[in-house]
Amino acid sequence: MAQETQTNPKPMFESKVIGVSTPRIDGPFKTTGTAKYTSDHNFPDLVYAWPVTATISSGSVTGVDTSQARKMPGVVAVYTHEDIGPLYRTPPAAGFSMIQDERRPPLEDAEVRYYGQYVGVAVAKTVEQARAAAEAVRVSYKQTPLNINGTLLGTPLSTPSMRRGSHRGDAAASFEASAVQHDAVYKTPSATHNPIELHATVAVYDDGRFTLYETSQAIVNHRDTLAAVLGVSPENVQVITRFLGSGFGGKLWPWPHSALAAACARNLNQPVKLVVSRSMMFQSVGHRPAIDQQVKLGAETNGKLTTIVHNYVNHTSMADDYSEGCGEATALLYSCPNVDITSGMARRNVGTPTSMRGPGAVPGLYAVESAMDELAVKLEMDPVALRLLNEPEKDESSGKPFSSRHLAECLKVGAEKFGWSQRNPAVGSMKNAEGMTVGWGVAACSWGAMRIEAKAMVELLVDGTARVTCATQDIGGGTYTTFAQLVSHETGIPLQKVAVVLGDTRLPDGPISGGSWTTATITPAVLSAAQNAVKALVQVALRAQHSPFAGKSEDDLELVEGVVRLKADTSVALSQEEVLRLANIKAVSGNAESRGTLGAHNDYSFHSFGAQFVEVTWQPEIARLRVSRVVTVIDAGRMLNPRTAQNQIEGAVVMGIGMAMFESTEYDERTGAPINASLADYVMPVNADCPKIDVTFLDYPDYHLNALGARGVGEIGMAGVAAAVTGAVYHATGVRVRSLPVRIEDLLVPAHGHEVA
Amino acid sequence: MQPFEWSTATSISDAVKSQAGAATAQQGASVRYIAGGTNLVDYMKLNAETPRKLVDINGLELNGIERLPDGTMRIGALARNSAVAHDESVRAAYPVLSQAILSGASTQLRNMATTAGNLLQKTRCVYYRDPSTACNKREPGSGCSAIEGHNRMLAILGTSAHCIATNPSDQNVALMALEATVHVTGVKGPRSVPISAFYLLPGSTPQQETVLVPGDLVTHITIPALPEGARSGYLKLRDRASYEFALSSAAVVLKVENGRVAFVRIALGGVGTIPWRTPEAEEALRGKAPTAEHFRAAAEVALRAAKPQSQNAFKVELAKRCLTHALMQASQQA
Repeated sequence: MAQETQTNPKPMFESKVIGVSTPRIDGPFKTTGTAKYTSDHNFPDLVYAWPVTATISSGSVTGVDTSQARKMPGVVAVYTHEDIGPLYRTPPAAGFSMIQDERRPPLEDAEVRYYGQYVGVAVAKTVEQARAAAEAVRVSYKQTPLNINGTLLGTPLSTPSMRRGSHRGDAAASFEASAVQHDAVYKTPSATHNPIELHATVAVYDDGRFTLYETSQAIVNHRDTLAAVLGVSPENVQVITRFLGSGFGGKLWPWPHSALAAACARNLNQPVKLVVSRSMMFQSVGHRPAIDQQVKLGAETNGKLTTIVHNYVNHTSMADDYSEGCGEATALLYSCPNVDITSGMARRNVGTPTSMRGPGAVPGLYAVESAMDELAVKLEMDPVALRLLNEPEKDESSGKPFSSRHLAECLKVGAEKFGWSQRNPAVGSMKNAEGMTVGWGVAACSWGAMRIEAKAMVELLVDGTARVTCATQDIGGGTYTTFAQLVSHETGIPLQKVAVVLGDTRLPDGPISGGSWTTATITPAVLSAAQNAVKALVQVALRAQHSPFAGKSEDDLELVEGVVRLKADTSVALSQEEVLRLANIKAVSGNAESRGTLGAHNDYSFHSFGAQFVEVTWQPEIARLRVSRVVTVIDAGRMLNPRTAQNQIEGAVVMGIGMAMFESTEYDERTGAPINASLADYVMPVNADCPKIDVTFLDYPDYHLNALGARGVGEIGMAGVAAAVTGAVYHATGVRVRSLPVRIEDLLVPAHGHEVA
Repeated sequence: MQPFEWSTATSISDAVKSQAGAATAQQGASVRYIAGGTNLVDYMKLNAETPRKLVDINGLELNGIERLPDGTMRIGALARNSAVAHDESVRAAYPVLSQAILSGASTQLRNMATTAGNLLQKTRCVYYRDPSTACNKREPGSGCSAIEGHNRMLAILGTSAHCIATNPSDQNVALMALEATVHVTGVKGPRSVPISAFYLLPGSTPQQETVLVPGDLVTHITIPALPEGARSGYLKLRDRASYEFALSSAAVVLKVENGRVAFVRIALGGVGTIPWRTPEAEEALRGKAPTAEHFRAAAEVALRAAKPQSQNAFKVELAKRCLTHALMQASQQA
């Protein structure tokens, strides 16, 4: 564990800002409409690009008739694979750069491998003209058989056999010998990220140099990747993402529209705006793949786990390998001597999948935690008690101690808050005050914690303010505010005097907004940069002409609340403004770089944990099922800003309800088209579907990860929700749904004990 | 979206004249009236509707909601959905209509959408909305993509080998149960059409959805007074709690006298190619005691002709439960 960054962090109890619920400092910009999102950027001579999309999912383009489109009003250009100009493939990902899920540049050739793939682009003076022209382009195809088969396990894989992941003991033998066995397949459908903000690129080209306004969760990677795709040096690409209308993982890596817009700007030497439509969001900017997961659990009659087998296959696209790491949490969640995890990918004519909030663990834990619930039923054991019985003392997959694990406390606190002790396990036995049937379910959850490399700079200015800069971006979760808190904490400068500048690759390279890593990652870099800036200020104070500190040394001074003073006599003091004015210096700065835990040797297993308790209400007379109550207890280190952290968990729980109850991208098996590609047809929770969500943070600092003990909360809140919902559904209805989402038709069967798989 | 011409109608006759020359007033009409635009503009953006000319009728004085001396309710074609749903006399006399409207769309949409616009609401069938697919309703003779495709949301009543698209409206289900009358002014002057005769089953011409012909402008609807003591209500079942189309809905009007059903009107939504009135189920209930068993028996009758598709067989049972429960609720109010 790298501890190089904090020599002497301020103790937590001194802080007036860390751990204090703080409204987003960028909130007023968003609520007043002055926050400039990517597609809000406009330039003189800006033109609009609208892609022409394939209406087949397998085959090739045999002809493109652009004659009508070119004649339409306002049309500037129409490009196809024949004349888009050079766009290159990226070299293989190395470390944490050049990451791209769909590696084929747009319009590379005539091949079509998924419905909605770009086969052309129209550029015009208005967006309406561009769209009309794109729709007027006539494309002819040669079709080849498509494969959109929704069954994955047991179908041909992209590799000769399943890939073996974490394993220990002899799972096959121990399962056979287990007194109690459970073996079932759980299916999750393809799911589409639907942030309100559509993907967009505004590309400005100037003499070999690209400025790309992007909807990116990872501007540094986007810069490097687009430089490779466009065939220019990274210093000739600048990526800017000031505000994001969220992304949920869908905006982590570059998608083809970005290169398409940049190529149009280059070809025309004119700024180009391309906003991906909502239906294209279902086609060419990633999705969570459909996944089949077999889970086999073996246990002794007292509930002690003997075996966990987890075999899963996700669909991927024809050209790219995307593997959903469903087994990540499986290997370490419980104490179990025999574990075997295998995975595979099955190629389908779909767009390339990508990370969606909690990739791997979220669908993985739906399967594993559903299986645990079913095992508890077989054991006639309380599902909370079953989990507590199998609590491990260390990470049995790596043998390392957990840096900080309080899953058992999450379960106990959650059970207490939820009223779990009142649960009657008999199916359909519990009623609420209105006489409606209720069902209660529980699931545990886990999500890896990590730091990655990051740089940051903090400046202290002559006007008494501070400025912190970093080429990361705020996905909406409160990163701007966290930066301000960190600087304020370390320097004593009040929060409102800290300017935070993010979202521009001209700034020091910062982390991705993903993996729930941002907070843990920026904390050491920003604290160090702030310390270095303070040191620089102290040096200035010592050396300035007529300094009252003349003859003193660095160790004699301290900075408190923006004032440099003598430790021995605090009346000898100069404010930051006075120091810098005295020296005629506009600003002092401190830079810092922190290393990551990713790929480094670590002495600990870093994970966050949590427990989800869900109540559903069931009215069989009208087949109406609603999630009516959720209690979530999260162990994710110290919450730097409990207010935004709670927002993250609440939003994640709502998304978990969507996963359990509503979300599914449906493909037409004849054409491969995502058929419900609109916000009306792709059902997600609306406000009326959101129950009361009670969020508790245990708030144990994880000092092994960084000096403030912060981990991250972007994803953990979604993990386990779907399993807790389906467990509650079983408890209420007797129907065990093993294929998400839970739908009315699954529940219309009157008989108890029905299984839907 | 195709370029189109925009004009503003200054009078009813002006509006009628502006559309009279069109080849059809149905799917594919070259001239369309536009009011709230919440439905038509969506379909224009998707190229499912490609009118060359829009005639803005918002300036016409057609937004009144009034109770006539004989008890009839008169609702103007341009009365916004939200105005109708929140109108005191509508709420008092026809709870089913207010409830139906409020169960649909969102506040913002209801503030724009009009009574007549909703009357002509188009199907939500995904294939109708996607011009890259075959659809007999959008492009007669091209085939039906839904029958062997994604049909979970689609109709189980009134379907044909050519079309199984659901009529998605909530308002019209209530109007069907209320036996409303649609008042139209056309080239030959005004006429009135009972709502039961307003919609056309798809048959082999699913592009023909109503009896309207070029020049016809819906000016208002009327709803007769309900029998003294009648109760009404609307129940909508759907995947999520709000902002979602019905998988099944039921509009019921029920009067119980001396422990017997004296008057009943039933219409179903979310299951029919048109708002689905079921006289047979009404007949089955007349004179019966208002019990769950009788209501369920009526629901069985109502769904007797159901013809489910590959993905929506569950709608048969769901619609039965929906109707049974709606009738139970109405009877318990009495």
